Amino acid sequence: MRDKQIEDLKDYKYGFSTDIESFKAPKGLNEEVIRFISNIKKEPDWLLQWRLKAFERLKVLKEPDWQKPKYPKIDYQDLYYYSAPKSFKEKPKNLEDLDPKLLETYKKLGIPLQEQKRLNGIAVDAVFDSVSVATTFKDTLTEKGIIFCSISEAIQKHPDLVRKYLGSVIPITDHFFATLNSAVFTDGSFVYIPPNVKCPMELSTYFRINASDTGQFERTLIIADKGSYVSYLEGCTAPMRDENQLHAANVELIALDDAEIKYSTVQNWYPGDKDGKGGIYNFVTKRGLCKGKNSKISWTQVETGSAITWKYPSCILKGDNSIGEFYSIAITNNHQKADTGTKMIHLGKNTKSKIISKGISAGKSDMTYRGLVDISKNAANSTNFTQCDSLLMGNKCGAHTVPYIKNKNSNSSIAHEATTSKISEDQLHYCQQRGLNQEEAVGLIVNGFCKEVLQQLPMEFAVEAQKLVGISLEGSVG
Amino acid sequence: MEQKLKTDFDKFISTSNFSNQEIKLKKKALDNFLKNGFPSRKLENWKFSDINQIIQKNIGDLAFYNDYSVENQINDDIFIKEIEHNKIVIVNGKVERLSFDYEEKDKINLSTLDNFNQNSNDDNSLLSLNNSFSNKIHNILVKKNYLFKKPLIIYQITNEKVRNTNINFQLNFELEENSSIKIINLSDDNSEKNFINNLFNFNLGKNSILKNYKIDKKSNTNIKYDYSSIIQKENSISETFIFSSGSHYIKNEVNCNLEGKYSSAFINGVHLLSKNKHHEIRTKTNHLYENTKSYQLIKSVINDSSKSVYQGKIYVDSKAQKTDGYQLSKALLLNEQAEFNAKPELEIYADDVKCSHGSASGNLDENSIFYLMSRGLNQTTAKELLINGFLLDVVEKITDDEIKKLLKNTIGLN
Repeated sequence: MRDKQIEDLKDYKYGFSTDIESFKAPKGLNEEVIRFISNIKKEPDWLLQWRLKAFERLKVLKEPDWQKPKYPKIDYQDLYYYSAPKSFKEKPKNLEDLDPKLLETYKKLGIPLQEQKRLNGIAVDAVFDSVSVATTFKDTLTEKGIIFCSISEAIQKHPDLVRKYLGSVIPITDHFFATLNSAVFTDGSFVYIPPNVKCPMELSTYFRINASDTGQFERTLIIADKGSYVSYLEGCTAPMRDENQLHAANVELIALDDAEIKYSTVQNWYPGDKDGKGGIYNFVTKRGLCKGKNSKISWTQVETGSAITWKYPSCILKGDNSIGEFYSIAITNNHQKADTGTKMIHLGKNTKSKIISKGISAGKSDMTYRGLVDISKNAANSTNFTQCDSLLMGNKCGAHTVPYIKNKNSNSSIAHEATTSKISEDQLHYCQQRGLNQEEAVGLIVNGFCKEVLQQLPMEFAVEAQKLVGISLEGSVG
Repeated sequence: MEQKLKTDFDKFISTSNFSNQEIKLKKKALDNFLKNGFPSRKLENWKFSDINQIIQKNIGDLAFYNDYSVENQINDDIFIKEIEHNKIVIVNGKVERLSFDYEEKDKINLSTLDNFNQNSNDDNSLLSLNNSFSNKIHNILVKKNYLFKKPLIIYQITNEKVRNTNINFQLNFELEENSSIKIINLSDDNSEKNFINNLFNFNLGKNSILKNYKIDKKSNTNIKYDYSSIIQKENSISETFIFSSGSHYIKNEVNCNLEGKYSSAFINGVHLLSKNKHHEIRTKTNHLYENTKSYQLIKSVINDSSKSVYQGKIYVDSKAQKTDGYQLSKALLLNEQAEFNAKPELEIYADDVKCSHGSASGNLDENSIFYLMSRGLNQTTAKELLINGFLLDVVEKITDDEIKKLLKNTIGLN
């Protein structure tokens, strides 16, 4: 029995869970639960009303079903919408106050808070389940006037900013999952960069889903004021579970005049076992608004985990001369499914967007790139370039490309290209001849295939991501 | 509309002589259409062109009854003089003349079908509409080893007798082993505000060749839907060329099943649009067997406030290893009001394939105009030259020289 357990754990490097007793809201989705969440977080009344409005809207919304990967119906009444580690009912004042077990968990994940503080120069706002446990590097950031905290804290301390921008990019009337999040979101990160400040370090949050049956509803809000710059990292691992776990986060980015936001994600949640049992449903809504002139938003994602990944980090290019970028690597293996891509909505003049998407499918997995490029009538002199390449390994997997291209402006140009192919025998042969075994050879070629995207990642992430690309494809060759 | 459909259907059945079996099938098709109605933008295929709305807006109330007993005069002036050819003349959805004067009579077989093609999928309500209201379906069978000597020109004529009417027409072609046929489908519309719904079925046997050229040039206010289904066996080749320019709205849909090895399909299309026209081409090539090939090239020139749409899908089954699929769509937007939408789609389940697509849209290249003007051309001529070159790229793909010449003249490209 024990041997078997160890065997299971081997498959998924990060597959363990800590047994901190969770503090849960009653099961189910109703007004009561929403009031409970709002109350326990000591939220102001306007936010409770906002949540309830979203909940009202949710009642009439239908769950979308146009996506390629189908999944068993989720019983939203059978989920817990709030869970916090009990020992954190009162927020810890510093790292030493943390539950030692929790610290150990982070150690296993390779993110010991204290060491990371010194070694990496990264401020880590680690989210354990739904409540932020510690926010580090506050001092350096505070000096510059940067606000980097959990969204619950921001609601208490900076209500004006939150109220002004929350839901301004993803309105509560948006699609089903976004509205669900608006009604029941528990915690997440909040970043505000004041005018003309260049954030001196990469901001980073590690998410981790812990309690069984708890859907995670993160809410992230990043505001870059005029002339500022910020680079934000998001990375996640989740423990091994049999039931499917829903993750419906909302991420909103707002870039004002001349501001730039770079948002990078490495996603390695539990993908389910070899037979496709279990795994996370990753239904995330990410949207950035280039509100001001000359603003820029850049999304980079490396998606290797989750049973189903279904997300389209998007850019609304509203300000003149604004720029949107999307770089993506999506890898699916075994029974994983992904339907991901981006939307570039050009509204302002001289706006530019670039999409580079690399999809790799192996095993019995299925991968879809779905994207929209929409150049509106007023977006004169706008350009878009899209490239999406897919790599197939074996004939039991699928790779699909579904781009939507809309051009309503004659002074704008759109170029789109896509290819699908497999790793050529010649390339493999060449590498093997030089002494690499087949797996290493595939790893090398795939890394080359992804290079354009990997280069976009910040240093610390790039190394991790490169390893991930290799790990994700283990056992898919031969 | 439902009541109108039912009464028109009863009138149609009572004035025609269909067998009980046919009536049963037609009723079934009608029920399916009644259930689904005209497609709207809610359906993925109709996202960019809501035909329900287009019909509502441009025609309003449609009549579905079409009197096939009326004799129509055919004016011989409309026939093409430049080349000798066989003719099928269709007036308002009724086949008025079938003449295969240049062919050996025992090598072709003309008949009418008792059963229409039931396998046409239920999802497409317009095919159901066609099945329920189309007249007797003619079938043209080209026997084994016979190569058509002269092209076949299908004249599709509408005259002023029909207005606000739905015309449904269906035609079948069967090509046996080693046979070949060249078809030019020419629209000649003298009517206004009708909804014309065409369905062409092509069954290609081993080693057969189909060349099909569809020309819609004459300006008219009709709304058209044209569906071609091509099923290909081993080593067969199909070439489809679409020139769409004249009608107010037209959606050309080509569905190609490559079922045998070494079969290949080529679909090329041109949209030349002005005023407030709205044209769409949708291609779906299904690679269902290994070693098959498909190629699509679609170019659009969009003037005034017209709108061009291209939806292309390459589907590769897990059996279809060694597939070669290529798709390219390009559009020139010449006016601020012009609009181009594209959805080039790949759905691939086999790993040893080479599939790619590209799509580009924008205005004419300033540098090219500048170059030509510096050589002494005025701006208008320079632009014309560039547009001609842009479109010729597609026309030059036509493999039959005689027809290429004819079509270049008809379209006005040199």
